[in-house]
Amino acid sequence: MLIFFLGILAAYYVAKLPRLVKGVLDVVLTLPLVLPPTVVGYFLLRLLGPKRTIGLWFLEVFDLRLTMVWYSAIFASAVVAFPLMYRTARGAFESFDVTLAHAARTLGKSNTWIFWRVMMPYCKQGIIAGTVLAFARALGEYGATAMIAGYTPGKTATISTTVYQLWRTGDDEGAMQWVLINLLISAVVLLCVNMLEKKDRRPRRRTVPVSGEVE
Amino acid sequence: MRLQVDIHKDFGKFQLDTSFEMDSGQVTGLLGASGCGKSLTLKCIAGIEKPDRGRVVLDGKVLFDSDAHINLPPQKRRVGYLFQNYALFPNMTVAQNIAVGVQDKAARQETVNRLISSFYLEGQEHKYPRQLSGGQQQRVALARILASGPEVLLLDEPFSALDSYLKWQVELELADILSAFHGPVLFVTHNRDEVQRLCQQVCVLDHGRSQAVMPVHQLFEAPHTLSACLLSGCKNVSRAQPTADGRVEALDWGVTLDPGRALPEGLTHIGVRAHYIRPVEGPGPNRLPCRVERVVENVFSTVVMLSTPGGNQGFSRLRIELEQEHWAALAGRDPLWLELPAKDLLLLTNS
Repeated sequence: MLIFFLGILAAYYVAKLPRLVKGVLDVVLTLPLVLPPTVVGYFLLRLLGPKRTIGLWFLEVFDLRLTMVWYSAIFASAVVAFPLMYRTARGAFESFDVTLAHAARTLGKSNTWIFWRVMMPYCKQGIIAGTVLAFARALGEYGATAMIAGYTPGKTATISTTVYQLWRTGDDEGAMQWVLINLLISAVVLLCVNMLEKKDRRPRRRTVPVSGEVE
Repeated sequence: MRLQVDIHKDFGKFQLDTSFEMDSGQVTGLLGASGCGKSLTLKCIAGIEKPDRGRVVLDGKVLFDSDAHINLPPQKRRVGYLFQNYALFPNMTVAQNIAVGVQDKAARQETVNRLISSFYLEGQEHKYPRQLSGGQQQRVALARILASGPEVLLLDEPFSALDSYLKWQVELELADILSAFHGPVLFVTHNRDEVQRLCQQVCVLDHGRSQAVMPVHQLFEAPHTLSACLLSGCKNVSRAQPTADGRVEALDWGVTLDPGRALPEGLTHIGVRAHYIRPVEGPGPNRLPCRVERVVENVFSTVVMLSTPGGNQGFSRLRIELEQEHWAALAGRDPLWLELPAKDLLLLTNS
């Protein structure tokens, strides 16, 4: 969810930027996609660790540790999966026909209305694709999670770290269980996405041949 | 109601520099070649593009004024803009698209129903734009615009997205809609026939610069500028130079012509429409010997391309159009003498 909104937000604004700024931002935002997860984990530790600026600030002000707790795993997954959401959403926004937005504006509609009622439906396919990719990546995230959240059973364990730990300690059956759960979650999500897409396409299928109609 | 436009925008290589005025009940054609800034002018009026300098005033209400730093957003301008591709929302049905234009929520359903019936869209309410023909799409777009209660209509090449066999019908429908609309209408096109049929006055736009607004008949009978003359469909144009005795030397045609009237200041070109050129027996004033270069048979007429004493390339060529029988009687003459009648000579300046 976090990635969904952040990715769309980033994509919406970046798609509007001039080319040079866009190029630079693009590199920064996409970097986690091509870096090895352990490198990302290292960077996150440098940033959020209890002795680093952000980590220290949070520790002092909110008395919150940012590493080795359950939500650290969310940071890791978010950072790693974000570029997938961002890139696909950006591609979708860039292919958006701006005259539609112009038309809505001359008809008196606000930018918020245009975003939700015209732009999002128009770019739906791209956004769904981005969500699926980001979800898959987040679910499978291991390297950065292991570094920043560690593995404390029942506390900071994610499915992928659990599977690794169980297998490493020889608990083949337990690992299998988690593998099956993972498979189930992934399958259900993909199924839902597919159904969403189908529902979206159905009304458009009864297309009447356009050129044949004369009135 | 009066729309006054005076805008300047600098794109480096291209400068937009247009100014004109128009009143209610008039359809003003904005005529220009592709890429001369016609659509850009509309976008500046609608508030989609921001001009560098200038003013746009609608009925005393300032929409844009660079000096006073006024730049109303498109939402507040009440300008109806018909886009070239109609810009219908693909995810909404016909009825939903039209409802977008209605501001007053209480009257929404009623307004939509009224527009659907007056635009002959009954039975199409629940279709999506891609299921409609080009003409229907245009009607939906117009209904949507009128639903928003605009004070002025801007039409950006409304027929360019249509098949040619649909065009005629749609043009008639549009003419009816325009005559029922009370505000000023600005109609952008590169097609002289559309201007002739739909507009009362015309403003020629040449490389971003607008020329004086003139009545439509003047564009065809007596254009003053080279660009207006070419856009009005005149094919025979030569560079021209005034002579000491008040005549005109047509440089490309290699002949000196006597238009029989005073020459305008800054004369640069001379033109004559193909159907005014007369084949004649022999030499005389305003006559020149030509050689047939090419004959093109049209459905009902014959177009003949001729070389002049000035040469046989580009503007040196003359083009005449004759009935087929008429041409049959003339074929084989060499040279063929042509007369360019003095009253039909168009004296042109650059701007």
